Amino acid sequence: MAEVLVLVDQVDGEVKKVTLELLTAARALGEPSAVVVGAPGTAAKVKETLAAYGAQKVYVAESDDAAGYLVTPKVDALATVAGTASPAAVLVAATAEGKEVSGRLAVRLGSGVLVDAVGVNADGSVDQSIFGGAFSVKARAAKGAPVISVRPGSVDAERAEGAAAEETVELPAADPAKSARITGVEPAVGGDRPELTEATVVVSGGRGVGSAEKFEVVEKLADSLGAAVGASRAAVDSGYYPAQFQVGQTGKTVSPQLYIALGISGAIQHRAGMQTSKTIVAVNKDPEAPIFEIADFGVVGDLFDVAPQLTDEVAKRKG
Amino acid sequence: MPNIVVLVKQVPDTYSERKLNESDHTLDRESADAVLDEINERAVEEALKIKEASEGEVTVLCVGPDRATDAIRKALSMGADKAIHVSDESLHGSDMVATAKVIAAAIGRVEGVDLVIAGNEASDGRGGAVPAMLAELLGMPQLTHARQVTVDGSTVQVDRETEEGLTHLEAGLPAVISVTEKINEPRYPSFKGIMAAKKKPVETLTVADLGVDAGEVGLANAWSTVLEAAPKPPRTAGQRVDDEGDGGTKIAEYLVGQKLI
Repeated sequence: MAEVLVLVDQVDGEVKKVTLELLTAARALGEPSAVVVGAPGTAAKVKETLAAYGAQKVYVAESDDAAGYLVTPKVDALATVAGTASPAAVLVAATAEGKEVSGRLAVRLGSGVLVDAVGVNADGSVDQSIFGGAFSVKARAAKGAPVISVRPGSVDAERAEGAAAEETVELPAADPAKSARITGVEPAVGGDRPELTEATVVVSGGRGVGSAEKFEVVEKLADSLGAAVGASRAAVDSGYYPAQFQVGQTGKTVSPQLYIALGISGAIQHRAGMQTSKTIVAVNKDPEAPIFEIADFGVVGDLFDVAPQLTDEVAKRKG
Repeated sequence: MPNIVVLVKQVPDTYSERKLNESDHTLDRESADAVLDEINERAVEEALKIKEASEGEVTVLCVGPDRATDAIRKALSMGADKAIHVSDESLHGSDMVATAKVIAAAIGRVEGVDLVIAGNEASDGRGGAVPAMLAELLGMPQLTHARQVTVDGSTVQVDRETEEGLTHLEAGLPAVISVTEKINEPRYPSFKGIMAAKKKPVETLTVADLGVDAGEVGLANAWSTVLEAAPKPPRTAGQRVDDEGDGGTKIAEYLVGQKLI
């Protein structure tokens, strides 16, 4: 069976959930091979997790340059492995960086690039959801092995035994004339909450929350559900919540199992970023709010009554 | 004196209904209002700021059908100096790889480019990869998703902001930059700017002018193919209840029923 390369997304040796989703999706196309690119010692930390999700091989591309330059070391590593392994496909996460890696790799390999897939099919085609979820598209690469970025949260990660046989990849030295040097990093501080695009549950607040202080009611519900916190553009523009948490056309696109919208009217702008969520629950005072048109369950009422009650109910059920 | 090329794109207004053509699955350009993508205004603004700090010249580059002229004029009226418009019917249906190759070839026609500035992601395709692909094709460093740009002599520093947080980047010129929504507030064109824009030079080029192989562009030659496309059945409203003091409990019961908690 042909290999399918999966670029591992990790932070300080902790594998991101999306990588496990990619390893699962890869099995539809062939044998998953994980490609680890990072500072020396990274692969040793992540190998066990990769094996538990079906990685038959782990390609290890480690060097100081690999962690010191933006994007290009990952493209170099994938291109090097692709040159010898002749993979059926290359899968990366459809994050800001993953999309950039996929674009550059496709140019280098002469391959078709398929962006932001929400499903990967056995014949190498992918399903996409475009224009904020208004259109479904099926596409495939016409040339070369497809380079596919897969939207986080769109595939359910399933465990599988993998041999995780290590192979070392020699990375070329970074060329500073062609690569940007990383001079510092400040990881996003999300506290103990999951990352917005990775979360299974997202609780978002809108203009109806009314102030930055009152966003606490959104956070409390989120914490009871182990959810990420999001915000509508109106809430961000009003200064209630930081812009990095904005969900919508100009913010993040999320597709969690459960999306709870509190005090969000549901403008097209917002819906574009969340309407592919599996289940949508909305609370709004205004019975005419468009969010109710797409909500699976809606409550017309004051979010400051409904949300705390729901928080208590969730806590009770958890025991 | 940086010589800057800014990329602009005309997109269907996100507030109108966006569709694909039934015949070939390409963007239906007639169905929606066409506008200069908002993120490109920020790219133009950033180019103008850099130019104003240290002189230099700003060239607007647009690949798109004839009516994209409106987007180009808007960028010129903000204060860009001149424009290149690559318009060719053979480009219809080109994918990201082909588009990047055409843009790279067009940038190659501008002498002594120091900076290429683009938006980080267009609001229609949302591929978010063309600036990176240009860096690959042009052999320049990529400093993308910038929320702050500092040009100092022959080096450029960028604060990159993505879902992972902030990354501080540094590279020598020439370089490719893409900007995020947070980089700046774009200026409004002044009346004087609008009048002046009408006299600014716009060079119109075809694929052949750029020396790009016609076999590398267009729908038939794309590296990726759309097999099917269909509007999604709209999500339908589910249950809705009025809060009678038990709204939170009712949601909890619904979630339990759906096995979500």
